[in-house]
Amino acid sequence: MQLIALVATLLLLSAVGFHLGRRRAAARSAAADRRPHSLPVYYGSYVALWSGLPALVVLLGWLAFEPLVVRSLVVDSLPLVARELPPERLGLLMNDVRNLAAGVVTSRDVDPEMAAAAETYLRLKRLGAVAVAVLSLAAAIGGLGLALRRVRPDLRARNAVERLVERLLIGASTIAIFTTVGIVLSLLFESIRFFNAVPIHHFLFGLEWSPQTAIRSDQVGSSGAFGAVPLFAGTFLISLIAMAVAMPVGLLSAIYMAEYAPRRMRAIIKPLLEVLAGIPTVVYGFFAALTVAPFLRDAGTMLGLGVSSESALAAGVVMGIMIIPYVSSIADDVITAVPRSLREASLGLGATRSETIRQVVVPAALPGIVGGLLLAVSRAIGETMIVVMAAGMAANLTANPFETVTTVTVQIVTLLVGDQEFDSPKTLAAFALGLVLFLVTLALNVAALQVVKRFREQYD
Amino acid sequence: MIDERTARRLARRHAAERRFKLYGMASVAVALAFLVALLVTIVGKGYTAFAQTGIAVEVSFDAGPVKEGDFAGLVKSALAARFPEVTARNDKRELFGLISSGADRVLRDMVQDDPGLIGQRRVVTLLASDDVDMVFKGHVTAESGRLTARQAEWLASLRQTGAVSLGFNTTFFTAGDSREPELAGVGGAVVGSLFAMVVTLCLAFPLGVSTAVYLEEFAPKNRWTELIEVNINNLAAVPSIVFGLLGLALFLNFLNMPRSAPLVGGLVLTLMSLPVIIIASRAALKAVPPSIREAARGLGASRLQVVTHHVLPLAMPGILTGTIIATAHAIGETAPLLMIGMVAFIVDIPAGFLDPATVLPVQVYLWADSPERAFVERTSAAIMILLAFLAVMNLLAIVLRKKFERRW
Repeated sequence: MQLIALVATLLLLSAVGFHLGRRRAAARSAAADRRPHSLPVYYGSYVALWSGLPALVVLLGWLAFEPLVVRSLVVDSLPLVARELPPERLGLLMNDVRNLAAGVVTSRDVDPEMAAAAETYLRLKRLGAVAVAVLSLAAAIGGLGLALRRVRPDLRARNAVERLVERLLIGASTIAIFTTVGIVLSLLFESIRFFNAVPIHHFLFGLEWSPQTAIRSDQVGSSGAFGAVPLFAGTFLISLIAMAVAMPVGLLSAIYMAEYAPRRMRAIIKPLLEVLAGIPTVVYGFFAALTVAPFLRDAGTMLGLGVSSESALAAGVVMGIMIIPYVSSIADDVITAVPRSLREASLGLGATRSETIRQVVVPAALPGIVGGLLLAVSRAIGETMIVVMAAGMAANLTANPFETVTTVTVQIVTLLVGDQEFDSPKTLAAFALGLVLFLVTLALNVAALQVVKRFREQYD
Repeated sequence: MIDERTARRLARRHAAERRFKLYGMASVAVALAFLVALLVTIVGKGYTAFAQTGIAVEVSFDAGPVKEGDFAGLVKSALAARFPEVTARNDKRELFGLISSGADRVLRDMVQDDPGLIGQRRVVTLLASDDVDMVFKGHVTAESGRLTARQAEWLASLRQTGAVSLGFNTTFFTAGDSREPELAGVGGAVVGSLFAMVVTLCLAFPLGVSTAVYLEEFAPKNRWTELIEVNINNLAAVPSIVFGLLGLALFLNFLNMPRSAPLVGGLVLTLMSLPVIIIASRAALKAVPPSIREAARGLGASRLQVVTHHVLPLAMPGILTGTIIATAHAIGETAPLLMIGMVAFIVDIPAGFLDPATVLPVQVYLWADSPERAFVERTSAAIMILLAFLAVMNLLAIVLRKKFERRW
């Protein structure tokens, strides 16, 4: 709430700056009896930007680094014994300190040192809040004053404002780069730490996955096996089933809509199919677990097949349904992009419509269709909620779609949801899996985009 | 005249043509059938959750228990008075199992509203337990459900007197999560979703539009801008769970932000929906014909003036449509939020951006995991609310597009 008040004050200051800037520009140019270089609005914006931006930078910097700074200061104030604890124990201790400061029940008895630490924590928090308020207000007022002094009829305010705005636009566009860098770095760092504990070839080629490491080192079975091949195989199996559903249905619907359907029918069907893509995946997961999986299990029992209640088939089929619109909309775009002349030439030679489609249109559209399918595969591999809710946890290495398999995304979720210490190989393994997932989907996307791009250029 | 062989071949080719067309129609039908099956299942299972079983009993608001705040005691004595033949301790416990453990709150609220009730007797409809609820709604029979034989008997006798009835389930809309299905609601999750959405909109919209404007209107064509473009296209296809991992490593572990906070959830969703918004905004900007820009430039407008006075207002409907659709998608996202701890069991309704919270899809996921039969209908009902919300947002986007779309 204090933060909101602070932000409101800063915004108000900016608005005041805008007004003052305009007034001063008018007044000074009247006094000097010459026309100002820019429109009054630019003098206002000039002052407003100079009062708002520095304060915003101060505020954002504090928001990002305050917890870090406060934490390290509190740790420094702890007695030496506590400071030399291993990092994860220290983390727990700090949690308790924070809880104590917030007045919540702590997980251990409160000793005087902890009370003192909580006291320090609270004091630093309050100090930080006051400091940032003072600093950002000072920055705002200082910027406002400086900018206001520079407002003169010969100040090229429009150019200055436009330069600044363009810088801001450039800054915004780098966020995409930073996101990618952030993803790569965070995945890579944690993965490297994981590969220090588990050799990379064990991870990539090992056939056994059982990440349940014991919490105490003297427990039985504390080793944990991190061979990810069963996960890769499971992901592959489920994606294969999904594509087996989505590819024929998606492609044929796209062909029907592009080549046969009357325009009014197309205008109804296309948005309806797109609804399938708009439904949240958690809904599909619920549908798979509640309806499709039991249905398949019962159907299997009737046919004398042993279908597990968390079969790869159920998850795969439902995932296939989800992917249909991705396949069909890309294929539809690509097919309608094939020039009319090709169709007309074929029809003119006496081919039927289906012959034209199969022998002329689809081969011409093939690169684009392949690109679309690759994108769909990458969707299937990265899909999480359906498999978390409908596929199992058991890492079976099998090609039987009636059995339970697990996937990379399921394991990432299982490893990271719930209480865990952050530095164990178990949690780090999730990042290694994430890295593999990121690299594979990236490769698929790059390939798909290249193929589609080349296709587009062909007929543009 | 065509000879017989040609006629036969023609017939065969035309049959193939009809078959092919039929395959196409069949696959469209299959896809739509899946959609219908999904919606029918969800609605069919979920609509009953909007009603809740209540049991009317005569409660005497005795001064003693009210003073002590022992409203659960009032419930128990009311039940005991209704079934005087039940005396043994175990039997009584079974009897009290008919009523929800949260039923006493109603009585407390009643007394708080009207202290004059103390010492009087009133017929009050008390919240039934989830087992009774399931039997009364007909989801399970009294024998197959979790009710004991005697509980079923009592319930039957209550039904005979017309004391059991269905009422609108307000708890479901106002309450936070609970272990007891009859006390659980989506209120907390909806508020959490709204908070996360506000963060996402406030960050992703300005950032996305700025990026799109820069790339479309200002950026020179060089290596650097090409890198940014490739980056954005690839980010749009990165699996959402990877954004969750980024959020966990960056916001929680590196920057030490609080777990389960809507702020962090909103930040993760911002990063996730930014590329989509950028791509949609660029398409909208591209659709504005160059003649507009040239005319404005010709009249002496600066490049920024061209954008802010002409191009951006003309592209705004398209940009807004893209933003709304991207936000709707972000609202339905679950996986990345699991990574940053929004999956916790949270009873309180969040009051701020830093309070622990959960969001609607995560609530669906949590309830879908619960073993109680009553959570199945509540999960479906939560999904109905989620889908209704998304439908409204998408309709808004369509209306915007229809109303303001311009063709040049």
